[in-house]
Amino acid sequence: MNEHFHVLVIGAGPAGISAAVRAAESGGHVGLLDDNPAAGGQIWRKGASLPKTARMWLARLNAASVERLHGWHVFGSPTSGVLFAERTGLASPAAEQADFIELNYDKLILATGARERFLPFPGWTLPNVMGAGGLDAMVRGGLRIKGKRIVVAGTGPLLLAVAAHLAHRGTQILAICEQAPLSRLRPFAMRLLTQPGKVAQGIGLRIATRGTHFYTGCWPVAATGRGRLESVTLQRRGKQWELPCDYLACGYHLVPNLELPRLLGCGIHEGFVTTDKWQQTSIPGVLCAGEPTGIGGVELAIVEGQIAGLAATGRVEKADDLIQKRTRGQRFVRALREAFELDPRLRALPSAETLVCRCEDVPFGVLRDYTSARDAKLHTRCGMGACQGRICGAATEFVFGWAMDSMRPPILPASLSTLAATGVGGAHDPSNTTSNQNRRDTL
Amino acid sequence: MSDEWDVVIAGAGIVGSACAKECAARGLRTAIVEPGEIGGGATAAGMGHIVVMSDSPGQLALTSYSQRLWQELSDSLPHSVEYERCGTIWVASDDDEMEEVHRKRALYASVGIATEVLDSCALAEAEPHLRKPLAGGLLVPSDAVLYPPCAAQYLVEEALRSGARLYARRKLKSAGAGIVRLDDGTELRASHIVNAAGADATGLLPQLPIRERKGHLVITDRYPGFVHHQLVELGYSKSAHSITTDSVAFNIQPRKTGQILIGSSRQYNAGGTAVDYQMVSAMIERARYFMPGIGALSSIRIWTGFRAATPDNLPLIGPWPEDKTLFLAAGHEGLGITTSLGTAQLLADHLVGNPTRIPIEPYLPERFVRNATHA
Repeated sequence: MNEHFHVLVIGAGPAGISAAVRAAESGGHVGLLDDNPAAGGQIWRKGASLPKTARMWLARLNAASVERLHGWHVFGSPTSGVLFAERTGLASPAAEQADFIELNYDKLILATGARERFLPFPGWTLPNVMGAGGLDAMVRGGLRIKGKRIVVAGTGPLLLAVAAHLAHRGTQILAICEQAPLSRLRPFAMRLLTQPGKVAQGIGLRIATRGTHFYTGCWPVAATGRGRLESVTLQRRGKQWELPCDYLACGYHLVPNLELPRLLGCGIHEGFVTTDKWQQTSIPGVLCAGEPTGIGGVELAIVEGQIAGLAATGRVEKADDLIQKRTRGQRFVRALREAFELDPRLRALPSAETLVCRCEDVPFGVLRDYTSARDAKLHTRCGMGACQGRICGAATEFVFGWAMDSMRPPILPASLSTLAATGVGGAHDPSNTTSNQNRRDTL
Repeated sequence: MSDEWDVVIAGAGIVGSACAKECAARGLRTAIVEPGEIGGGATAAGMGHIVVMSDSPGQLALTSYSQRLWQELSDSLPHSVEYERCGTIWVASDDDEMEEVHRKRALYASVGIATEVLDSCALAEAEPHLRKPLAGGLLVPSDAVLYPPCAAQYLVEEALRSGARLYARRKLKSAGAGIVRLDDGTELRASHIVNAAGADATGLLPQLPIRERKGHLVITDRYPGFVHHQLVELGYSKSAHSITTDSVAFNIQPRKTGQILIGSSRQYNAGGTAVDYQMVSAMIERARYFMPGIGALSSIRIWTGFRAATPDNLPLIGPWPEDKTLFLAAGHEGLGITTSLGTAQLLADHLVGNPTRIPIEPYLPERFVRNATHA
């Protein structure tokens, strides 16, 4: 299968949806691809009572002339202007025929979103130790959790939102542990005053979690239990104490999904894709919007997505008021970054035996001797597993200060029959060595 | 700053690492210079197949010698090297190729390598996922696989234990006439300078007859037991050693992790490191032709690398005729992992003036200099 788009948007979260909607106004052929079965991304998930903004944008998307490719993931790019994608969930031995599509585009908008950052500490791989957003998503997906005792820990505004939602589902939130000290959070709260909408959000969350201990400058140093989590050891101001619980929801803010931007060679500075006034990356024809350009939340993502959608279709004159909104949003990005900057002491949490790379079972003690991500990867397999370093990469970046190793396709696993289908036509006959030899001349 | 060495080795790929271990073990004052990671070049890109090959007498002699050296070393190798004597099966599609199986068996026997001829049924039993029927195959039980970057690391560590010194993350600016200059201003004086820089060997000696030959590999997720032996189509030599054209061949390997490594492709003048999906597709189609069920497996990574190829597909081992301090251990094409240990023995024996265990003549670099004068 082979399709051509004037504008192709990768990622159907707030940034991707708004980019696709605005691009479609131009009348060109616009495509929106996402690996999930429905639009909304990580933040506007089904099962959640969606905010008004979300309902509005999803309605605009439904009304727009956008070709939707849900349940597909991009795995490679053979050359500029072309992406390869595979239908998700088929890369299993049961699949007879993998579904493959070649996507051609004039303009590409990357809206690949973000994921939680996990930091290794003793016991973090125990069952029922989860990401904060991860546990939240599982509950929305049907995990029964009523009456369970939960500790929410890590850093970032997501912690309060998750705690509020889990409390609403009838769980007992024992503690919320924010690693950032109160002194950092105060200026953050002040800045929020310039963003009334966000303050209301914050206050609402505090009310919903009333009665819960909210500790700042506090983090889990160990999780223990036989077979699964039974208690977590917290540390604050040099003091440690143990708290029995059923779940630990622990995430250290967000890191952008940079696999595709990196595969395409987009310029990246301090962990984020660099873009110009019109969301254009360093690669001509490739734009980027939302969290990959800086963690700034839904509102900024929608603004950037719109600018990208307009710019990709040559209608920058319509983006003037959006540019101003984006400037305000970017102040929020900086405020977030400063407020939730990771405490350097978190680097010292793992013990020698603590696994850092869960795919390949590589412990912290083994990694200490290496000097770069590539060196460690070559000699210990750290980051070589099926997740391609999605989990351990952000951890080793913080703990050891290692820059990510180069990105290799497929950026998500793809079946071998899909890879076979990437050859033009696939019409050659591999059973005949002679014709095979002749064909090679033209490769 | 200046240091005196008996041997300075440029490159800590598998070949340079093996040379360092051997030189240091023989009491030579040995230094290794490596600009990147140990075993991070073609060594990291390769399959890690320890294989006896018989395309030429020189190749048969060096690969069989080296395969035995790996066997002797295998008990000392740390777990991380993942050495496993899984054996190779050369797969024959038809009766013509079965005749080749018997010819190959006789050649291997001539150098003392035991093999076993498999008929159609025995082959199907040994590898149930192969297409049926196939004519049969030749099992070489003493062939093995290993994980090359950790093998190189082990060899370097052994060299260091014997007193060698590693100049890590240092680039050679120049090497010749007994002097090696590094990018940080360090000057090393050496009786022997060994160029073991693989495809980069021409950086120090542009006139070397070494060309880059690009290859692709694909690795799958974990499927323990799907494949038991390294499987290579018997037509491999035909395609692998065709000098002028791009080629693919069925060549797959079970890893200790349960993963399956799928090769192989060969291309000259292929440009950069980017994955060429035409080659990947052709490679996997070829694998599917021999093993139809493989298409359903999930791939997790594709990468490319560059083999250092010479015009006669034999490595360059020994003195460089134009500078009596300069030696070569490069140009191993796709057999660097296998022949690293044999190369190191030949080179070290030659340096200390011992007789070599196999004749060194087929690999001496002077063969190309001589040709050049006649041309």
